[in-house]
Amino acid sequence: MLDVLTGFVGELRQVGLPVSVTEAADAAEAIRHLPLEDRQAIKYALGATLVKSSAHWRAFDTAFEVYFSLRGPQYAIDGADGGDGAPGDEDGASGADGSRGLGQAERGAGGGEAVSPEELAAMLYKALSEGDSSMLAAVARLAVGRYAGMEPGRPVGGTYYLYRTLRNLDLDGALARLIGEARAAVEGPGTQPAASAGEDLGPVIRGRRLGHLSPLEERLLEDEYKARIDDLRRAIEAEIRRRLVADRGVEALAKSLRKPLPEDVDFMHATRDELVQMRRAVQPLTRKLQARLARKHRHLRRGALDFRATMRHSLSYGGVPAEPRFRHPKPTKPELFVIADISGSVAAFARFTLHLVHAIASQFSQVRSFVFIDGIDEVTGIFDRAETVGEAVHRVNQEADVVWVDGHSDYGHALAVFWQRWGGDVGPKTSIILLGDARSNYHSPEAWVVKELAQRARRVYWLNPEPRSYWGSGDSIVEHYAQFCDGVFECRNLRQLEGFVEHLV
Amino acid sequence: MTISARSDEASPGEQPKGLGAARASEELPIGEPRFASVPELRERLREVGYLADDGLAGVVYLADRLAKPVLVEGPAGTGKTELAKSVSRLTGARLIRLQCYEGLDEAKALYEWNYKKQLLRIQVESATPDEARRAGWEELEEDIFSEEFLLTRPLLEAIRASEPVVLLVDEVDRVEIETEALLLEILSDYQVSIPELGTVRATQIPLVFLTSNNTRELSEALKRRCLFLHLDYPSVEREREIVLAKVPGITEELADQVARIVRSLRSLELKKHPSISETLDWARTLVLLGIDSVDEQTARDTLHLLLKYRSDIETAAKEVAAATRRAPA
Repeated sequence: MLDVLTGFVGELRQVGLPVSVTEAADAAEAIRHLPLEDRQAIKYALGATLVKSSAHWRAFDTAFEVYFSLRGPQYAIDGADGGDGAPGDEDGASGADGSRGLGQAERGAGGGEAVSPEELAAMLYKALSEGDSSMLAAVARLAVGRYAGMEPGRPVGGTYYLYRTLRNLDLDGALARLIGEARAAVEGPGTQPAASAGEDLGPVIRGRRLGHLSPLEERLLEDEYKARIDDLRRAIEAEIRRRLVADRGVEALAKSLRKPLPEDVDFMHATRDELVQMRRAVQPLTRKLQARLARKHRHLRRGALDFRATMRHSLSYGGVPAEPRFRHPKPTKPELFVIADISGSVAAFARFTLHLVHAIASQFSQVRSFVFIDGIDEVTGIFDRAETVGEAVHRVNQEADVVWVDGHSDYGHALAVFWQRWGGDVGPKTSIILLGDARSNYHSPEAWVVKELAQRARRVYWLNPEPRSYWGSGDSIVEHYAQFCDGVFECRNLRQLEGFVEHLV
Repeated sequence: MTISARSDEASPGEQPKGLGAARASEELPIGEPRFASVPELRERLREVGYLADDGLAGVVYLADRLAKPVLVEGPAGTGKTELAKSVSRLTGARLIRLQCYEGLDEAKALYEWNYKKQLLRIQVESATPDEARRAGWEELEEDIFSEEFLLTRPLLEAIRASEPVVLLVDEVDRVEIETEALLLEILSDYQVSIPELGTVRATQIPLVFLTSNNTRELSEALKRRCLFLHLDYPSVEREREIVLAKVPGITEELADQVARIVRSLRSLELKKHPSISETLDWARTLVLLGIDSVDEQTARDTLHLLLKYRSDIETAAKEVAAATRRAPA
């Protein structure tokens, strides 16, 4: 067990979770107090001792499922013929576990062939409509055996198998059918007496009298079935993972499943899934940032002596003013202009930055945003009108008028137009942030604009989402602008972005 | 570790006076386990009206066995504080609560010398007419830095208690990162160092719960000393049970409906999702209004109990009304 635990801790550290030696020792101590065969209890014990942030739970979950997927009797790969070889051998080296599991996986797959697609679809429908979790697990097992077409030794990621299995199961079709039947059952054939329909209606509407399904009920029904389908999806994922572990061994699989934490994902190369996760991560991030900034302002103690408060406080020291009290200074709030390139290559980066900046708009006396590709447009109004920052960012992409000639980035022209139209608004209280990779498709850089801006404004910063080593290569002209900026920062992920914003305020 | 920079008058090795503190043994005085097993703990939590899932009960169980504090984190209104209260109820222990806020310092959290009383004591001494009976400075100093002049605050109180206690440090993320250090000595060694008196050790290990709304990242040092428990919104089944247990006179159908509607609301993109306490408020209102089944109209009319932002209410009302997206089969 200890070997497995050390391996597991090593894996967590590889993913980027900070696990200290004391925490690992605590984990070892914790599992001594719990029954080893209770997988769920072990999971929570390890979670409580090793993972100290809810953002890391997901990474922990994946690693746990990989490392402990072949442990515990009910998690054996038993396919159709029932687990005879009990791979849940607690002390066995993972290699031995793996080879035994592999044999079973093949047998399991063989068992799956015996079920016809129609039977499987019927089972799926039954499992979903009854919400029976053991049946869902069985369906997942059969479906993976039948559809995933897993071949031992093939170095394909689990998502490929997941995709194949789900495509064949047609879950959307099943959902539509479930809701359709529920509706039909409630509306009833008319001749049937109301009482007899009551019992075997699905959830939500059980025991309801016949009639029409109201929109609310339908919505609730849909959410219930969706939750069950999610359960099934998870079961399938777990099953695939289990078979992959059996095939390739723990370390190899853990390596292929390793993913960076949301705050470390590169803006330029994020997949769609990762973007969704980042969007979710940006919410608490802004909240935290806001709380931290507000606190910082309140605790800057540079104000004048507050005589009255000092005297009042001295009473508890017998009239000796031992602790001077100070007035809180009013922080000066800068104006902020954000000028962002929103062309395809850096769109995600611009979105997150705009989101973050507007979420902490209260820290500035005014925030104005401009977006450009080869034309430039002011979008401050969109942020003022929209209900939430997320919605505004979404609308910016649709409504802003940023194409001048061909819709390829032209920094020179965009900056020149900015100078012409809004240059007069820039004053000594203004901070300007320019966002973009400065890849201007070999147009003239017009760097004099940045020079003029830098002279007029309080500060000019440039944020570049590209790795520093790429700057100045190809059509990147960030060097032209950099010479006039107060700072040029590499800003590749949420962590760096957050750091910059804090520095700014 | 010295908490206070105020004075070094007392040498660190000095015996504590009259505080009944055990100094001899370095071992933590881990008492009898409070709970026999995880299922048993879960059952007893249920008896005091707190419905726990296995993970939660498991962490509390481990906290007792390993003598470690529990750091409970999660969205507002998911029963973080209630957990500590329930555990204190079921073990019959006294609950000592330290509500954290910005600017909390050791005088409010640990202990404070009662200056006014010390001053009085000195004045009384100097007013004694008989020179011979007047105490010398040494004696006086020993006197005014004794237990009599010590005002205990929650943390010290929890350590000194001879009866079983549950210590709740509420919203620990509100204190500044420097103040967190105050907690470290207590959390890892269950002791408090008072420079004038020496070290006060716990005679019994209190169960400690820290709650956090996660408005800032807590320091590594603090996290390392705790077991971490993330409380999220409950599953439909658990929420239904909670509603049934906490709202008298509610029918099972209504509880089921309430739990489902709340789940659907939580899946929407809202500024603030309804918490368990808001679910309970809503369920109680429905019972009071004599409603036994929620339809769109009732839902729309009572949404303001669940959601606290106008934009959220509008979004939800729109969703409720526009639920029929699928064409009739």
